[in-house]
Amino acid sequence: MPGTQREIINQLQKDILHWQGFKAPLPGTTRFAGLEAIEAAFPNAVFPTGTIHEFLNEVPENAAACSGFISGLLGTLMQNGSVCLWISTSRTIFPAALKGFGIEPERVIFIDLKREKDVLWVTEEALKCEGLAAVVAEVRELSFAQSRRLQLAVENSKVTGFLLRKDLRKLTSTTCVARWQITHLPGEAIDGLPGVSFPRWQIELLRVRNGNPGSWQLEWADGNFVAIEAKKINTEMLHERKAG
Amino acid sequence: MQKRFVSLWFRYLTTDWLTLRRPELKEVPFVLVTPVRGRVTITAANALAEVQGITVGMTAADAKAIVLDLQVIDEPPGQAAKLLKALGEWCIRYSPVIAVDLPAGLIMDISGCAHLWGGERGYLKEVVTRLRSKGYDVRGAMADTPGTAWAVARYARVTPVVSLGKQAEALLPLPPAALRLEPLVLDRLHKLGFYAIKSFIGMKRSVLRRRFGEGMLLRLDQALGNEDEPLQLLQPIEPYAERLPCLEPINTATGIEIAIQTLLAKLCKRLAAEGKGLRIAVLKCYRVDGQLIKTDIGTNRATHHAGHLLKLFELKIAGIEPALGIELFVMEAPKVEDVLPEQEALWASEGCGLADISLAELLDRLANKVGADSIHRYLPEEHHWPERSVRLARSLKENPATAWRTGRPRPSMLLSRPEQVEVTAIIPDYPPMLFIYKGKTHHIKKADGPERIAREWWIEEGQHRDYYHVEDQDGKRYWLFRSGHYAGDQSKQWFIHGFFA
Repeated sequence: MPGTQREIINQLQKDILHWQGFKAPLPGTTRFAGLEAIEAAFPNAVFPTGTIHEFLNEVPENAAACSGFISGLLGTLMQNGSVCLWISTSRTIFPAALKGFGIEPERVIFIDLKREKDVLWVTEEALKCEGLAAVVAEVRELSFAQSRRLQLAVENSKVTGFLLRKDLRKLTSTTCVARWQITHLPGEAIDGLPGVSFPRWQIELLRVRNGNPGSWQLEWADGNFVAIEAKKINTEMLHERKAG
Repeated sequence: MQKRFVSLWFRYLTTDWLTLRRPELKEVPFVLVTPVRGRVTITAANALAEVQGITVGMTAADAKAIVLDLQVIDEPPGQAAKLLKALGEWCIRYSPVIAVDLPAGLIMDISGCAHLWGGERGYLKEVVTRLRSKGYDVRGAMADTPGTAWAVARYARVTPVVSLGKQAEALLPLPPAALRLEPLVLDRLHKLGFYAIKSFIGMKRSVLRRRFGEGMLLRLDQALGNEDEPLQLLQPIEPYAERLPCLEPINTATGIEIAIQTLLAKLCKRLAAEGKGLRIAVLKCYRVDGQLIKTDIGTNRATHHAGHLLKLFELKIAGIEPALGIELFVMEAPKVEDVLPEQEALWASEGCGLADISLAELLDRLANKVGADSIHRYLPEEHHWPERSVRLARSLKENPATAWRTGRPRPSMLLSRPEQVEVTAIIPDYPPMLFIYKGKTHHIKKADGPERIAREWWIEEGQHRDYYHVEDQDGKRYWLFRSGHYAGDQSKQWFIHGFFA
């Protein structure tokens, strides 16, 4: 009877997801091109929008990689003409570079705060505003209770929140749906040409609610995410075809 | 009650105004011009220009031939009307009934006002001297009818106050132009040798009507007081303010909130009825001990949504110190703008764009809590110099005037101030082999560049920058530049300016 057992387990897993508030994907769910492999790690194989994600970056280089990955996601989220808020106390994001990730930089509103304690208040207010594409906040400290407040705000408004955590020592458990770490990988030369090629990142999903953590390699090429394995296969197939 | 009118005549209205704004024009003959049928025609000349023979209606070229050092200035359109309106609003302190009399005058109905300034003579003197001390060359006259006052102000050489019922006597020696007649009629009168009103005022009405038309009789009757003259009165805008006096002093936060709510409801009702919205609201709390406490809020777009404004004030209530109690609340809206009526959408759109109200309201809340200077939005600017390639948007509505450029690589994170790095660069105009940033050595494996960006010499002077897009052994990407040309010693020449994604 292994077949029926599997069916029962599948049904139970579905029920658990349903009870935990995860619904089956609707037809209009946002899909991220090139992220299929990563999406598979999440429940129902859908990248969770309308929730809060946490990104760890200790050094500015990681923060840059992280901002690249987030910008790529924002490009898809902001496609319907909506606005994104970027909240921080020490911002270095260069608006002109966002255009390269498919974002209209004039639709990003930067809130540059002087005091650390305002960040969470502003973030919560912003997350309550329905219709925003996303809210990116550079948060230093976040207690469990504070993260729960943000989660409650998001559940009503369906805004996607990205929290950038710089201080890894102050990391505690939070209600965030996923915790990511993004680091650089050496780029691969295109057809052996010299010079700097497309940016390539190691995407590590350290913690995910009801999903499977994992690690992937991604490249941002020509305005799209490209999973590295898939690309390799493609080029190999191309070579084979040429040879044949 | 006997009606009395004052007519004020600003002889050099627009030129006086310009002299006030630009004092250096005081000693210079100048004219204001405007193009009329393809010719640049003088619309106003100051006193200095006028004594040298320049008159209104001349072409600017002729005038320049007469007076060599003549300054010719373009007249802003509609300036006279705007000035008269402002002057009229200022004059409301003397009488509540004021009409603008284009092109260069005001008519004030002063019935029952003169005694407050010590009689008619004192009244007129007060008005004229106050206006003259402001820098306007003004003449005034007082009479029973606006028409006579107008005539006396402009043409009479005698006393400016025409006593009760003496309009006819005052008008007799004046030229026909004092009756505000049309140029054609004036011309005809002049041809017939009527140089003063007394020479034709005694004629039969039927004769005058036949020869000069009904309009002349009307003007004559209006000047003599046989006919009423309708005046188009200035309607000053009532300030947007509401008062709430309290029977008992208020000293609780709840009380203050209720007061704000009441005031906002009244104010917003009026704003909504007039199609306006406020941008700034000021709440003044008069305390029992004589102190005045002010708090204000600002909004990103004009609004008359009481609920939203209340939310903005709620953030401020904690800062209001009631002490022994507040006995009077006053809510003022010093900055008010037109609100475009919202079209109701059948389907709420998915995203919330820049024009969305909920976004504006969110930014209002943020601006009132953390300060409006912390909210930034950037637009592209046509500069290559990285620091100048973006500029702050002035408002939420502003759209980019030029496209964002994507041709050259730009780092995701740009340091606000480039930081110095130590490098080893062996070959001139090649990227360095390695650089040390914050004590860590980065070996450069791949590099693009240089991209030379010169300083804009018309803005600032200094060295150009040669930018390199480099990747180190770990795949981390940096934006380095060398300031100026390659020099033998590498110290103090290389900087890091950003991090690529």
